[in-house]
Amino acid sequence: MTRTKAGPLLYGFLVAVLAASVFPLYYSFIVASKDNSVLGEKLPPLVPGGNLVENVTRVFDTVDFWLAMQNSFIVASTVAISNVVLGTLAGFAFARLRFKGRDSLFLVVLGTAMVPTQLGVIPLYMLMSDLDWYGTLQAVIVPVLIGSFAVFWMRQACEETVPHELIEAARVDGCSVLRTFWHVGFPAVRPQAAVLGMFTFMTSWNDFFWPLIVLDPNDSPTVQVALSTLASGYYTDYSLMLAGASLAVLPVIAIFVLLSRQIVGGIMQGAVKG
Amino acid sequence: MTLTRPETEAARAASVPPSSNEPRRLGLSRWDARYTPYLIIAPFFLVFAVFGLYPLLYTAWVSLHDWQLIDGDQGFVGLENYSRLFGDPNFWNALFNTISLFVLSTVPQLLAALGLAALLDRGLRGRAFWRAGVLLPNVISVAAVALVFAQFYGRDFGIVNYLLGLVGIDPVDWRAETWASHLAVSSMVMWRWTGYNALLYLAAMQSVPRDMYESATLDGASRWRMFWSITVPSIRPTILFTVVTSTIGGLQLFAEPALFDPGFAANNSTGGSDRQFQTLVLYMYEKGFRLFDAGYAATVAWMLFLVVLVVAVINFTLTRRIASKG
Repeated sequence: MTRTKAGPLLYGFLVAVLAASVFPLYYSFIVASKDNSVLGEKLPPLVPGGNLVENVTRVFDTVDFWLAMQNSFIVASTVAISNVVLGTLAGFAFARLRFKGRDSLFLVVLGTAMVPTQLGVIPLYMLMSDLDWYGTLQAVIVPVLIGSFAVFWMRQACEETVPHELIEAARVDGCSVLRTFWHVGFPAVRPQAAVLGMFTFMTSWNDFFWPLIVLDPNDSPTVQVALSTLASGYYTDYSLMLAGASLAVLPVIAIFVLLSRQIVGGIMQGAVKG
Repeated sequence: MTLTRPETEAARAASVPPSSNEPRRLGLSRWDARYTPYLIIAPFFLVFAVFGLYPLLYTAWVSLHDWQLIDGDQGFVGLENYSRLFGDPNFWNALFNTISLFVLSTVPQLLAALGLAALLDRGLRGRAFWRAGVLLPNVISVAAVALVFAQFYGRDFGIVNYLLGLVGIDPVDWRAETWASHLAVSSMVMWRWTGYNALLYLAAMQSVPRDMYESATLDGASRWRMFWSITVPSIRPTILFTVVTSTIGGLQLFAEPALFDPGFAANNSTGGSDRQFQTLVLYMYEKGFRLFDAGYAATVAWMLFLVVLVVAVINFTLTRRIASKG
């Protein structure tokens, strides 16, 4: 709309929107720091209590949260690195190399994003059983080693930053494709590759459906799977559940605080060109 | 993005003289130029084919069998699973819940996102701050969100019932009543996705030429009218995109309704004591991974795939028509 100056009413409204964004997280920390009995009180708790350490300890006693954290970290890091490496290579190829069928193959990549692959879990599970991968981390890593988002994102980054002339120069000098990528392509897109890495890390960290199916909640949980175990007591223990949830969101909040500007920029840029 | 671009660095790297590039390597170099591109895009297609497309298509084949998850294939049964499915009230219930949750979570969400984007598009101070603020919910894991919202919608001590009580409304049993549970589950989806979609709309709005608004203002058009006859038609491709992606996601809800049911991880959840909010994906999960009836679960999955396809096409056509009318 026309860029008229924003009035106090607008700012007030945005503050309310922001409060709604933050409140569930804040509330999660509050409940995590309280004794369960406060939830029975008339007024919902709004200030932190003194039971945070105790509740966090209970989380670690109830489920093997260290193992879950460690598993999530291994899975998310591997998936992030792999998506960055393979996505940058493929993105570079789609943006800067000439080969037959390039544009139609890229359309196929975009099209795959629309395929509801979640609906194939039954055969995927059978495949993992046949490979003897049930309960192992590779079962949640390998299917997402490279996704269409990484290819799309890095292609765009290469389109914008890798200079054509340098590619040509390197090729004339006899650089192989991979050397050209390494010396010309990759250095130019390093910042975008870093954002992609962090973004993929968060997505993988948050993944729930497939890990729940293919991992053993007792032996090889990720953090999200452990959360669903916390939610399953004989009675609902909100302090315990939300202490777990608070721990689970800390890493992504840390990344988000550091990189929100780049993540917002990336999403908005993708929207216009996509 | 406002990242610095290390072009100088790239230039420096490129000027490094390539080693050992004698004419005898020309054949190799031609092979390299021709085939290496395919080699480096191959991993994507390989992973998608093996772990995405093949399982999805194989689902159709499994659905034609009596197939047990643990004991394996018990023989071809043709369309028997489908006739069972069509006579299964739980399937129709889950289909209804899926459509209802999809409509309740997507329609208000996209309208709210549109409004929010229009507000963010005004000349704001601290733009980066507001944008990050609306995106924040999107990076929180759906499992964590579901646990917090499960507390919000508690019957006895939930914060929502407390607030309703302040304005004199009796406590609602959010898990027992179908509509109440659908509203509750939808609110989780809305919380996570409204800001994200608003940013997509905002990005599109910013590329609408400002002089279109200026001439409309000279003609005396109201802000409201400009929004509907200039902004919305101009960002049509983005609206289509969000409608299609929200359709695909909204019809496959799992974690939100699953964790809204306290019995979920105790392995006896059906999405509400009486399946009030059991979606098709939850039903597929119950059949496949709780009762190990893989053939039937595959049938549910394949029907849902058809629903996704049909609804996506309908939405695409509808939205295109509505947005172009402006």
